[in-house]
Amino acid sequence: MTIKTVLEAVHDAMQEEMRRDKTVFVMGEDIGARGGVFLATQGFLQEFGEDRVIDTPLAESSIAGVALGAAMHGMRPIAEIEFGDFIWPTINQIVGEAAKVRYGTQGKLNAPMVLRAPHGGGVRGALYHSQSVEAFFAHTPGLKVITPSTPYDAKGLLKSAIRDDDPVIFLEHKRTYRLVRGEVPDSDYTLPIGKADIKREGSDVTIITYGLMLHHCLEAAETVEMDDIDVEVLDLRTVRPLDIDAILETTKKTGKVLIVHEDNKALGVGAEVSAIISENAFEYLDGPVSRLAGPEIPAMPFAPPLEDMYMIDSEKIANSVRQLAEY
Amino acid sequence: MKIELPQVGESVTEGIIGKWLVAVGDKIEKYDPLVEVVTDKVAMELPSPVAGTLREIIAVEGETIPMGGVIADIESENEKAAPTTEDNPADLEPSSEQDKEIGTTGILLKDVAPVGPTGSGGIIDSASSKKGQNNGQNRGSRVIYSPAVTRLAEIHDINLEMVTGTGRNGRVTKKDLQNFIDSEKTSVDSKSIDQDDKKSSNTDSVRTEGTYPNVLANDEEKITLSPVRKMIASNMVKSATLIPQAWSLVEVNVSGLVELRNKVKDDFHKREKVNLTYLPFVLKAVSESLKEIPLLNSSWNEDSIILKHQINLGIAVAAPEGLVVPVIENADTLSISGLAHKLDYLTTRAREGTLTVSDVQSGTFTVNNTGALGSIASQPLVNYPQAGIITTEAIVKRPVVVNDAIAIRSMMNICLSFDHRIIDGEQASGFNRSVKDRLESMNLNTQIY
Repeated sequence: MTIKTVLEAVHDAMQEEMRRDKTVFVMGEDIGARGGVFLATQGFLQEFGEDRVIDTPLAESSIAGVALGAAMHGMRPIAEIEFGDFIWPTINQIVGEAAKVRYGTQGKLNAPMVLRAPHGGGVRGALYHSQSVEAFFAHTPGLKVITPSTPYDAKGLLKSAIRDDDPVIFLEHKRTYRLVRGEVPDSDYTLPIGKADIKREGSDVTIITYGLMLHHCLEAAETVEMDDIDVEVLDLRTVRPLDIDAILETTKKTGKVLIVHEDNKALGVGAEVSAIISENAFEYLDGPVSRLAGPEIPAMPFAPPLEDMYMIDSEKIANSVRQLAEY
Repeated sequence: MKIELPQVGESVTEGIIGKWLVAVGDKIEKYDPLVEVVTDKVAMELPSPVAGTLREIIAVEGETIPMGGVIADIESENEKAAPTTEDNPADLEPSSEQDKEIGTTGILLKDVAPVGPTGSGGIIDSASSKKGQNNGQNRGSRVIYSPAVTRLAEIHDINLEMVTGTGRNGRVTKKDLQNFIDSEKTSVDSKSIDQDDKKSSNTDSVRTEGTYPNVLANDEEKITLSPVRKMIASNMVKSATLIPQAWSLVEVNVSGLVELRNKVKDDFHKREKVNLTYLPFVLKAVSESLKEIPLLNSSWNEDSIILKHQINLGIAVAAPEGLVVPVIENADTLSISGLAHKLDYLTTRAREGTLTVSDVQSGTFTVNNTGALGSIASQPLVNYPQAGIITTEAIVKRPVVVNDAIAIRSMMNICLSFDHRIIDGEQASGFNRSVKDRLESMNLNTQIY
């Protein structure tokens, strides 16, 4: 085990997969000579050469389109969208095409591609460097959407995403990149896509979350421990497909579920989790399935105090947990 | 606008309505005193939250109301324009006392502070103990159990009306039910708990039911209980029935202390403008001894003892309307001079009746200077839920044997009542000895500042 940051875990996962499999290559804006804006591909150009480390023009639709075409012809591209905020031009290639390749060709073709993007706020990035994009892709059958929260999960899941035979959207929260450190095995390992992980066991209230929010939730769980509230924290890790078994199991255990995400509330991941619970575990509920999520405003504000108000933090989570526990 | 009894202190759960200061039909300004409210800690005047006209008094003098309970209806100035439609005559005329309680309990018990680990939240006597066994019924047809509770109750074949809810609005939570099921399993234990519950509900009867025949003889007179009297009665019954108390007395030779005080008291008064009585010296000794034997500074909590790290001394004061116990917080951090000032401030306010809730809450141990009234020995009742109370008796000159000779010394008795569940004779005697040693060692060298 070595202590790594999320960024190092992402870097290592891609590097090891490129060394392992010649069909794996990376492409994106500034990922070659510059090593990526966050340095996720630092040193790749020197090690793998410009055939496998491709600096692209500033045109996200073509990044996704080229990757999709390569994937349909036997390559395993990892396409990087510099910021999740710039992912919208890829919607046609990803939602309209990549998601439907296997189904539309009756299994004759498939698209083993990964679209990586740093996303999320809390970095003073304002409108164009803070967006949460997971719900848009998670709505689409045919895609997998992964939102890791720790270095261990990031590396294991990114490797699985690269080895997966269908398109995967891999969303790394940029605030976790250098802030979150954790142990990562030195040997090769993968983690199953679609498996949630209990990050903290408890009996009174469950928090279901993913990405950066996991860390705030764990902090809140510690805080309310002083109020004698025992919190279980389930990290979804993958928001499509959702780990329905894990969601139901923890619901049945505590009977009280709070879903926390940074993305805004309406029609988000929390709505789906909540619906799954009420459809399948109604008779186990001891309180309303509750959501704590970003506000319904169009974008992350630029002013720091407003951004702080927008972001969910451990204090807000602790208050919600207390309310639910008391119910 | 319905006026609710506001939450007035961290551990206060209910109040007794005192005198209404405004009559129905009278105009009232915002923040004008509306009604006197007596809680188990303090009496206060509740200010009106709005300006308007008092339309109806819902809680009459002497009635016990949980925090959040509706006590009056004021037609606020904003409201006047639009006539209210919510007044339902049937609601206003309860057919019996019982009906009325059902009605109010349903709406009132919102966000009542749960009984904290300190126990200071106390047993919510009238609201829960009395009806604890049928809380569900009291909430009438509107009671809704969560799916999890319904399911568990079916599996274990439990009548949910037997379960006391601690959730919001008295909801039965899954945890409540699980605890109930667990306690049913250990039926032997649960029987003794039941008895405890019954005991606590007995305390309530003191307040609500007279035990004396209603017909008075010619030479008898009935005095109606004031809210403060009722509250004192309830607290004393709680102490006497819930706490198994033991008692101990020691003699203290306070000759050195008397000499010291006589020497400095006039100067002290000139300089500080407050009297230097013996009590600050006693408070100093008691708080230091509580530090030495912390078990005396605690509360019994069913299956555990809660040790209090803060030493907050309650001081029993005879106020005009009855006993009050203002509190000196962190008494161990104050000098004798500081204690004298604090004492003067609190006793003055107690006598003026201007104590606030913060002056009387969070006491952890009580000191009662019964000697001021001439007593030489008394058996105090522990101030529930504390673990002990100590009295200081009158200082009298007495012949005592010193070095096999008779000598005249200033002697004082101190008496300790304590919760025998928490403290045994050994710690109690140790505590008494500690206080005694500290008082006896006071002399002209003792620092006042």
